This record gives sequence, C-alpha cells and structure tokens, in this order.
Amino acid sequence: MPVIEKVIDETPYIRTFVLDRTFRANPGQYVMVWVRGVDEVPMSLSYENAITVQKVGDATSAMFGLGKGDRLGVRGPYGNGFTLTGRSILVIAGGVGAAPLASLAELAHSSGISVTTLLGARTKTELLFAERFRQAGELRIATDDGSFGHAGFVTQLLERTDLSDFDGIYTCGPEQMMARILNIVKDSMLDRIQLSLHRYIKCGFGICGACCIDPEGLRVCADGPVFTGIRLANSEFGKYRRNECGMKVHVQ
Amino acid sequence: MSRDITIELTGLHLGNPVLLAAGILGSTGASLKRAAASGAGAVVTKSIGTVPKPGHPNPTMAETACGFLNALGLPNPSYREFADELRVAKEGGVPVIASIFGADAREFREVAEGLAGADAYELNLSCPHAEGYGAMVGTDPGLVEELTAAVKDCTRAPVWAKLTPNVTNITGIGLAAQRGGADAVVAINTVRGMAIDIESGYPVLGNKFGGLSGPSIKPIAIKAVYDLYEALDIPVIGVGGISSWQDAVEMIMAGAASVQIGTAAGRDPEIFRKVASGIISYLDSNRWELSDIRGLAHEVTYASD
Repeated sequence: MPVIEKVIDETPYIRTFVLDRTFRANPGQYVMVWVRGVDEVPMSLSYENAITVQKVGDATSAMFGLGKGDRLGVRGPYGNGFTLTGRSILVIAGGVGAAPLASLAELAHSSGISVTTLLGARTKTELLFAERFRQAGELRIATDDGSFGHAGFVTQLLERTDLSDFDGIYTCGPEQMMARILNIVKDSMLDRIQLSLHRYIKCGFGICGACCIDPEGLRVCADGPVFTGIRLANSEFGKYRRNECGMKVHVQ
Repeated sequence: MSRDITIELTGLHLGNPVLLAAGILGSTGASLKRAAASGAGAVVTKSIGTVPKPGHPNPTMAETACGFLNALGLPNPSYREFADELRVAKEGGVPVIASIFGADAREFREVAEGLAGADAYELNLSCPHAEGYGAMVGTDPGLVEELTAAVKDCTRAPVWAKLTPNVTNITGIGLAAQRGGADAVVAINTVRGMAIDIESGYPVLGNKFGGLSGPSIKPIAIKAVYDLYEALDIPVIGVGGISSWQDAVEMIMAGAASVQIGTAAGRDPEIFRKVASGIISYLDSNRWELSDIRGLAHEVTYASD
C-alpha cells in the first residue's frame, strides 16, 4: 500500500495527498482509495502520484486525520479518462472538479494545445489549482460570492465565451453545473464536450452494476467516468442518480 | 450453415443458452437491457428483497491473484422500487428472471408477488456473506424445501433454486429444492473466501469475508453440476467461472442445460454473443447438436467398464 509522502493544504476543505507511487494514467482516470477500517471511495488523480480530496464524508474526514508516513490502499487507475483532441480547448472546472482537469490542462499545454480555463468556486479561498491552470494558458475565474473574479457562476462566464474558438470542451464539477453547461452548449458541440460524471461506485471493476446510468446502462466506473455530451444529453444526467441501495434520488 | 442453439428451459423459450448471472450488472433495467442487447439468452436481476438495503461498506470487491472476492451484501432498492426496473428490463426482449431473497417463506413470497412481471424466479439460497439470508438459509435442506415450495405456491412462473457450493453435499440441497417443486437448480454461487492486507492485518473487504468468483472456481462448479445432473430430475443451470465458449461447452458436457456468466460479463459486457457464437462454431465443426453434448461427460466409456 502506498505511503503518504506529503500532505498539502489546498483550500480550507481540500487537501492533496502525495504518494510514494506513480500511476500511469490518463487525466480523468480514477483510483479506489481504501481508508482501512472506514470505507473505500473513488478519487481522481490530480497528479501522477497524488489525489486531491474534499472533506465531505466518513472516508474523506478520516483521510484528513492522516499525515506523512501513513498508508492508504490504492487500486487502479480505472475508467477511461479524457481524450485530448484538437488545437484549442476549453476547460471548465467547479470546486474539487478541478483535480482531474489541472492534469489535463498541463498535458494539453505541454502538447502544444491552447488552453482556456473557466474556474469556479464558492469563494476565493476555495479556488483549486488556479496557478496550475494559469501556467497552462488563459484563466478566467468566477466565485459565487464575488470575492475574486466574476461574481457568479462559471456558467455565466461560459455564456460570454465564443465556443467556435474551441475544438473541445472538458468539464468536471457539481452535476448541476455540468448540466447547465450541457444546456448552454449547442447541439452541434455535443460530440466535442467531455464530462466527468460522479456516481456511487462500489466495485470499480465494472462488475456489480451499482453505477449504471439510464437509459443505456453505461457503467460510470468502467465505461466512464468521462462521457461525451451525446451520451449524456438524453440520459439521467442532471435529473437523478441512484443511491447505495439502487434507489433513484434527485440530483441537487 | 448455423446450428440452432435455442432451448426450452423450464417452459421458457431462449434464443441461446448463455445467460447473465445474478448480481452482475443487473442493478437497473437499463443495464439488464444492455446485457440482452449483447446477446444474452435471458437475464437474471440483482437479488431483490423486501426493503431497501445499502449492502456492506466498501471495499465490497477485491481482486486476488486467483479471482475476485466480493461482499456486496445484497444491496437493493426493494421490490417496490425494482418493479419499475423490471418493466424496463423486459423491453430487452429476452426473459427476465428475478433473483429474490428473504429471511423466511413470508418474505420470499412477498418479493415474488411484488415482482409479478418476472418470467421466472431465481431463489437466492446461496449468497455467502449476508447475515440471515442466502447461504444462511440455503445450507439447511428442510428450509430449502420449504422456501421453494412457498414460492412455487404463489406463482405460476418457473422457480429456480440457486445453490451454494459451501456445503458438504450439494446434491442433498439440490434434492431438497427438487422436493420443494423447483423447476431447475442453478449452481454455483461464489465460494466463501477472505483476503487480508499483510501490512496492517485488516481484512480487505468491508465485510471481512466474501465470495470468490472468476475462472478459479470453474472446476468447483463443473463438479457440482456433474453431481447434480446425476442426482436430479430437473435441469441444472451451470454458473461459476465461465469466461469463454470453451468453458460453456465444458459446463454443458458436465450436464448443464444452460449456463450463466457473471464476473466475465462485468469485464466484457459483450461476452454473451461471443460465447453463443463460439458454441455454434464448435457444434458446426463437430457436426453436433447442442443436445449431443449435454451431459456427455456422463456417457463416455472407459476400458475398465
């Protein structure tokens, strides 16, 4: 099991855990992180040797109690990750959704692809990886409370952006944010937008079926977590998901 | 030319004998439809009970050097919620078999009646890791007979009993299901197992132990099916470690009337069509019909005979 080499406070609720192991992964792939005696949860890789975690539940709270020298169970990487194409891309990140996208932006930049990022958070201190996005290209910021950049949502920045400049759009963040993005993006762009979806993942191997989405039965853990807009446009995305029992619950 | 591999199984007409096993992918109507579209002759749902159940804490699945261990813990939304998923699953155009579980005859009946649209019922008498359910009831021949009879009593649909290999004598359990009126038995469920993290001493599954699946359990399943075929009058449906058409043929030669695919279907959701067409090619090249190879291992002769 990997050992934690360093813990970085990114924001008041988000920490990066740097591990002594490197994972060969596409940006957007994830690992299953086992906190012994607590739980196992899916986490995007934020660097080739790190995960970036928001404190939201039992497992992540327990992780916040770990430090240098402690061990985490990590299996993976799993899933498909983002597919990088074209000469110019738009990245839209909300909250901790910036974790897989920062790696993507860096990979794009180093491959000679022009990167524009729209980064959103509730408030200035919760902006994640702003410097990494700035290093990779152009960065526009929105905060809900107006403490930095545009006062409002990243989707409002998106509405003011000429999408014809971009060969691809990549997004990860709260589902309501991504659902609004899918509505803003014209039908002709649906095959050029890639969205990273969050669902309750149990096995991670594509076997148990807990994370299947309607109506195609695609498995978020193995067929995703990244899907094109075409696959999600007429799906449960933005409307409902299933909980750990398999019961439908509305997306808030 | 192409061999006909359609079968009649407990009164159900199946386009081919390769089925989706319970507990794999079958959490939703959409995923069951996907398995049907991938060529499954029929699909079995995830096991459904009387009340919503989150299942065991993660990790619920772990990969070992010789197969997958799982302890999902029968997560399910209850038959009330699942009735809608069942309706969607039936749009797939192949028979949908409802896997059901309960702690006693009353619960089994309640779930069966709540999922009245199912083409057949598969009684989960074999989940190795759920307290009070599955193998907890499926290792007692008296209970197996009673539960089977209870469900038979409340439905005209075929009833299959899924058996656990975690007993001394699986044919005794199979005979009990047959006495209870089962139309078929399904063998085997996962083999009880456990893995421990040697850096910490923690069992790797949230439930500490679970069930082993994958190719390593196939010889156990072959032997169980071979024995059940000898002992029972009702069809045996073979499941356990099948991941290729060769495995399916072997299982049919042991006596299986049809086969189910579990773990391997999770790794490759398109596997059903591949296995079915592999069986057809094999029969073609040997000029055999499906019925020629069923139970063939029981008919071969030895010099000492």
